[in-house]
Amino acid sequence: MTQIDQPTRPVAAPPKGAGPLAKREARLAWGMLAPTLAAVALVVILPLLAIFWISFKPVELADLRPPEVSVREDVRGKPAEPGDPATLRYRLRNSSQDAPITGVTLRDTLPDGVEITGGLIEGCTVQGRDLFCDFGDWDGGARVRLQIEVVTDQAFFDGPDPRDSAPIVTGEASNILTNFSFTFDNYARIFDSSEFFKVLWVTLFYTIFGTIGALVMGLFAALLLDKSFKGQGILRGLYLFPYVAPVIAVAFAWVLLLDPFSGSINALLIQMGVTEQAINFFGEEPLALIMVTVFEIWRYFPLSFLFILARMQSIDTEMYEAADMDGATPFQQFRYLSLPQLLGILSVLFLLRFIWTFNKFDDIFLLTGGNAGTRTLTVNVYEQAFALSNIGAGAAVAVVIFCCLLLFSVFFFRVVSQEEGL
Amino acid sequence: MRAIYHAYVTGPILGALWGFVIAVTVSIAMSFATGEAFRPSFLLSLLWGAGIGAAAVHSRAVAVLAALAALAAGILGFGPMLSGESVGPLPQLIGHGAMSVFATLGMVSIMAKAPKGALTRHEFEEAVIRFLTGFGYIFFTAIVLIPFYVMVMTSLKSQQALLQNPLDFSIDFSQGWDLFRSYEELFRDHGFGGFLLNSFFISVITVFVTLLFAIPGAYAVARLRFKGQAAFARSILLIYMVPMIVLALPIYIAFSTAGLRNSIFGIVLIYPVTTIPVALYMLQGYFRGLPSEIEEAGLMDGLSRLRVIWKITLPLSLPALASVSLYVFMIAWNEFLLAFMLLDDPSKFTLTRGIASLNSSEIPRQHLMAGSVIATVPIMALFLGLERFMTKGLTAGSVKG
Repeated sequence: MTQIDQPTRPVAAPPKGAGPLAKREARLAWGMLAPTLAAVALVVILPLLAIFWISFKPVELADLRPPEVSVREDVRGKPAEPGDPATLRYRLRNSSQDAPITGVTLRDTLPDGVEITGGLIEGCTVQGRDLFCDFGDWDGGARVRLQIEVVTDQAFFDGPDPRDSAPIVTGEASNILTNFSFTFDNYARIFDSSEFFKVLWVTLFYTIFGTIGALVMGLFAALLLDKSFKGQGILRGLYLFPYVAPVIAVAFAWVLLLDPFSGSINALLIQMGVTEQAINFFGEEPLALIMVTVFEIWRYFPLSFLFILARMQSIDTEMYEAADMDGATPFQQFRYLSLPQLLGILSVLFLLRFIWTFNKFDDIFLLTGGNAGTRTLTVNVYEQAFALSNIGAGAAVAVVIFCCLLLFSVFFFRVVSQEEGL
Repeated sequence: MRAIYHAYVTGPILGALWGFVIAVTVSIAMSFATGEAFRPSFLLSLLWGAGIGAAAVHSRAVAVLAALAALAAGILGFGPMLSGESVGPLPQLIGHGAMSVFATLGMVSIMAKAPKGALTRHEFEEAVIRFLTGFGYIFFTAIVLIPFYVMVMTSLKSQQALLQNPLDFSIDFSQGWDLFRSYEELFRDHGFGGFLLNSFFISVITVFVTLLFAIPGAYAVARLRFKGQAAFARSILLIYMVPMIVLALPIYIAFSTAGLRNSIFGIVLIYPVTTIPVALYMLQGYFRGLPSEIEEAGLMDGLSRLRVIWKITLPLSLPALASVSLYVFMIAWNEFLLAFMLLDDPSKFTLTRGIASLNSSEIPRQHLMAGSVIATVPIMALFLGLERFMTKGLTAGSVKG
């Protein structure tokens, strides 16, 4: 047995870790992504954090403007000639009815040609012609009236208007948005009301039927246009109209069309004898929800149609020829050949559209404003925050929406990664 | 079930359904065109349709006879569609003529491939599919066109005419330019010219800023290797799903405190951020599809990465850039929520915000519709002109709505 000693030499192996080239590439990549990352962080991540923060705060719309001292200055007593007495009056108040302001001070320059005759209230001093007052801490809704009795002389009438020198007021108020008082009231409030479960049910109805409806209609439209004929391009363009037009334009067109008093559809239905009385499509309790769902289907079937059509046109036609030879009927071909091929895009579309319909706000807001039993979660955000001026409660609803969304997207990525290997 | 596979059973059944579809369609069309009373008769339209169906199965000559009979019956008042007594002779002739012609033509082509006697399942299903196809074209075209048609026609009418007969969408051409008075008033009194300019300006800036951010980002995600690339590609999609209404509240607060509310600058700041994720997602899909060999050749020849992007990748992806631009333009043009919340001053309104301001009981609704037409026409024209890019762009990765 012979053994040949081989000189030890380094074995050729891929380098461990990132080489300088890979590092440079990664650096470049992050550099190119940096602007986008910054923008997204600023406008998506930051607001998301903010919405969590606000949802735990008792904030009303009016609190957005922090309390401040407002001051008005005027001259009373109508001095007409030198020697007349007059009163310089400052009226100060806390602009907020309930938030306190600490360390309120006022500083102003007295007008020319006045001599103080009366006493000053406590906390005020005059040095030369500079007036300074320290009012200490104020509760919400506090008002102070400061009156200074004076005698005027000629210089008063020659000089500028006394109100030309604006008084400077200072004072510190704690901003409700930035302080550290928290509350669960907002959540208690939105979960407590039986309304919440109604809102949830309306959202689910709208989302599920809107999504399925748009998919089925899209599939039907795609089947119609999945053959080449003259005018196919025109029809394809036409069928995309509802999606491309501004939502506000088509929503108002629908509202006018279905108006109970002078809408064309009602006139048509009455003329055809379908109904005796005009129907208030967007104003009656169950019907309004059905109508906004129909609108959703109408507006978004083009999108499903486009995606399904694109997938259909990539299916091999030879398969259908073979099936034809084997005697498969058209419905069998659809059921056993087309549908399995379309299942992937249909499920991805279903999930995406589901999420997007869940998130939809504009459509319902414009059609009914959330009235007549059409208030979905998203409309509820607006309703709570702006109609009821309770920003905190609106934020709490928004947090609920965001949590639902996270849940959906976990599910979504599972399906999508199976379908598209994303 | 077997009994249905016979031409003289299938024909009349499909004929009855088809007759009803056509009766409804023609009455709606005639009502909208003339404002006169046309209505389908449910029972009669089924009966006449069945008859025409049977005739179409028999032969073309008999079908023509059936059509003439239906026309005569219609004018005499017992056809598939009924017309009111006040309807003039010409609309009557056109209406009932269209009714019988479309019913017969449709049935002849639905039953074209079916033999007279027993049908195979294949032939039966073919006939059903032809019926469904015809129905589908009518249905989809009607539901898409009617709202837009009503939008345009309402904008051309006067308040009294609208209240007098909400069905009458005929245009009185004798008024000449007066037809467009709603538009004239919008441009003169409501400042729609300014809104149009604002919308255009904001949308164009949004497109440029979006591309500026999205192109390098998309390229990095699609081509360059770095840690967290896959996670990044996913989080783009995730961000793209966050609803605007959730973000709108903090943005409203931030803009209020920063004094950016009620300024075009603020809008231009916020719009691109809503479109960057979409654009990034669409573009990275396209960049992935480009052959990387060309770029590698460029790298070997001594170009830097950035030069490669500028000289090779971008020229190759012009079609994708066009569709992304169009799509972003559409989003910015149609955006409503942010404009509604952030803009208060009429001199800064975008078109969508301007239309929202017309929605009050004091402003006649033809103005509202005229405003809607003004907002819709430019985006439609752009879209129809560049439809190829648009459809491609939409399918390239955007399911946003």
